Amino acid sequence: MKRFLAWALVLPFVLYNLTFVLFPLFTVLYQSLFTIDADYNVSHQASLENFRVAFSAANLEVMWRSARYALTTTVACLLLGYPLAYYIAFYGGRFRSQLLILVVLPFWTSYLIRTFAWTTLLQKEGVINAVLLKLHLISAPLQMLNTDFSVILGLTYGFLPFATLPIYVSLENQDRSLVEAASDLGATPLEAFWKVVFPLSLPGVISASLITFVPAMGDFVSAEILGSPETQMIGNLIQQQFLALFNWPMGSALALVLMLLMVTSMAVYMLLAGDRDA
Amino acid sequence: MREQKPTPVWLRLYALTVYLFLYTPIVVLVLFSFNDSRRNSSWEGFTTKWYATLWQNEALMRALFNSLKVACLATLLSTVLGTMAALALSRYQFRGREAAGALAYLPMMVPEIVMGIALLTFFIKVGIQLSIVTVILAHVAFSVGYVTVTVRTRLAGLQGNLEEAAADLGATPWTTFWLVTFPRILPGIMSGALLAFTLSFDDFVITFFTAGIGATTLPLAIYSMLKFGVTPEVNAISTIMLGFTICLLALWSRLESDPKSLGR
Repeated sequence: MKRFLAWALVLPFVLYNLTFVLFPLFTVLYQSLFTIDADYNVSHQASLENFRVAFSAANLEVMWRSARYALTTTVACLLLGYPLAYYIAFYGGRFRSQLLILVVLPFWTSYLIRTFAWTTLLQKEGVINAVLLKLHLISAPLQMLNTDFSVILGLTYGFLPFATLPIYVSLENQDRSLVEAASDLGATPLEAFWKVVFPLSLPGVISASLITFVPAMGDFVSAEILGSPETQMIGNLIQQQFLALFNWPMGSALALVLMLLMVTSMAVYMLLAGDRDA
Repeated sequence: MREQKPTPVWLRLYALTVYLFLYTPIVVLVLFSFNDSRRNSSWEGFTTKWYATLWQNEALMRALFNSLKVACLATLLSTVLGTMAALALSRYQFRGREAAGALAYLPMMVPEIVMGIALLTFFIKVGIQLSIVTVILAHVAFSVGYVTVTVRTRLAGLQGNLEEAAADLGATPWTTFWLVTFPRILPGIMSGALLAFTLSFDDFVITFFTAGIGATTLPLAIYSMLKFGVTPEVNAISTIMLGFTICLLALWSRLESDPKSLGR
C-alpha cells in the first residue's frame, strides 16, 4: 500500500521529466546523425559527417573563443566575488543577510534585461564615454560595444552573484578560532589568510568556478546583445543553425559538442583541483 | 564574546565598488525610463510619458498577458507535480528513489540553449505545433525540479514525526496529510511556487525556441524591440518587469529565512 502510494506520487513527475527533458535530449542526439542537403532533404544513412563539419577551422575558432571568454569570465568573477564574499562573511556583522541578499537579488531578475542595460552605459554616446570625455580622460569616444570586452563584461555581470555565493558559504562555515590561533603563533594577517583561510575556502572557489564557467561557455545572450559577428560564441552558432539556416542536424551536433566540451573541461578542472588538494 | 576587528578600508572600498558594479546598470536603466528624450545618451528632464505610451502598445500588452498566463499555468502544474514528487522522495523508501531524485537536477545541469533546441526538436518531431501550450510545457520542464528540491528541503527540516502521532490517534492517511503534513509544508510549497513563477516570468532562452506565433511573452517582446535599438519604452517595460520580480522575491524572502537558499 505504502509503496503504491509512493509510486503514484512520484510517477507523474518522473514521466514528465522523461517526456520533456530526457527524451528531447535523445532526439537531439539522434538528429545529429543525419545530414541535410541544399533542399533540406534529410539523409537516410546515419553518419558522423555533422561532427566532422562541427570541428571545421571556422567553428574551432568560435569554440576556442567561447572557452577563452568563459575562462576570463570565471577569473573575473572570482576576483570580484572572493573579496566581496570575504567582506560579507567576516565583516558583515548583523547586516550579513541583507548584504548577501543584495548580491543575489540581481541574479533573479531577467538576464536579458540586465544584459541590455549595459548598452546605455557602453555605447558611443553612452554614459561611460560621456563621463570620460567630460573628465578629459579621453579625447574621442571609446568603442566598447561589440568587442571581446563587452561580451565578457556581460557574462561576468550575469554570473557574478552565482560565483559569490559558494565562496561565501565556504568562508562562513570556517572556524574563526583558526585565524586567531595562526596569529597567536606569529602569523601576519596576510600569512594567516594564505595559509589558513584561503585553503579552507578552496571547495567554495572550485564550485564557484564550475558554476560560472559552465553556463558562461553555453551562453548566447551576452554575445547576441552586446557583441558582433566577430564575438560569436558556440551558443550563437547553435541558434543560427536552428533559427536562421534551418540545419537542425548541424545545430544538434554543435549542441552535443558544447556539452562534451563542458563535461571535459569540468573533468579536467576537477582533476587539477584534486591534485592541488593532495 | 570575541571582539570584532575593524574592517580594513581597502576591503570596504572594494566591496562597495563591486556593489556599484552590480547596481549601476540597473539604476541607469530605470533612470533613463524617465528621461525626456528618445535617445538614451543624455539626461533631458523627467517624464513619465514612456510609461503612458506602454499602455497603448497593444502588442506589448498582449505579451504581458501571455507572460502572466504562461507563468500562472506553468507554476500551477510544476507546483503540483513537484510537491507530489517531493513527498514521495522524502517520506517513502522505494526502488528507483535515487534515480527519481536525480531527475530533478537534470534540467539544471543541461545548458539552457540545449534545453531550448531539444524541446523545439521534440515538439516538431512529435507533431505538436508551437503555441503558448508548448511554452507552458517547456517552462514546467525546467521549473518542476526547483519546486521538488525546495519542498524536499522543507520536508527534511521538519522535526518530529507528527504523522505517526496522528495515525496512532486514528487519523486516516488522507486526513493526516491535509490536517498535519500540508499546513507544515505550505511555506515550502509557496516558496517553490514563487520560485517557479519567477523563473517562468523571466525566461528568455527556452521560450525563444519553443514559442509559436501569437505566444510572444514579455522577454521575447523586449528582445524584438531591442533589435531596433534601446528606446525609453524598452527601459520602461523593463523597469516594470524588474519591479515585479523584486516584489516576488521580497515575498519569497519572507518565506525563506536563510538567504543562502536564494542561490539556485
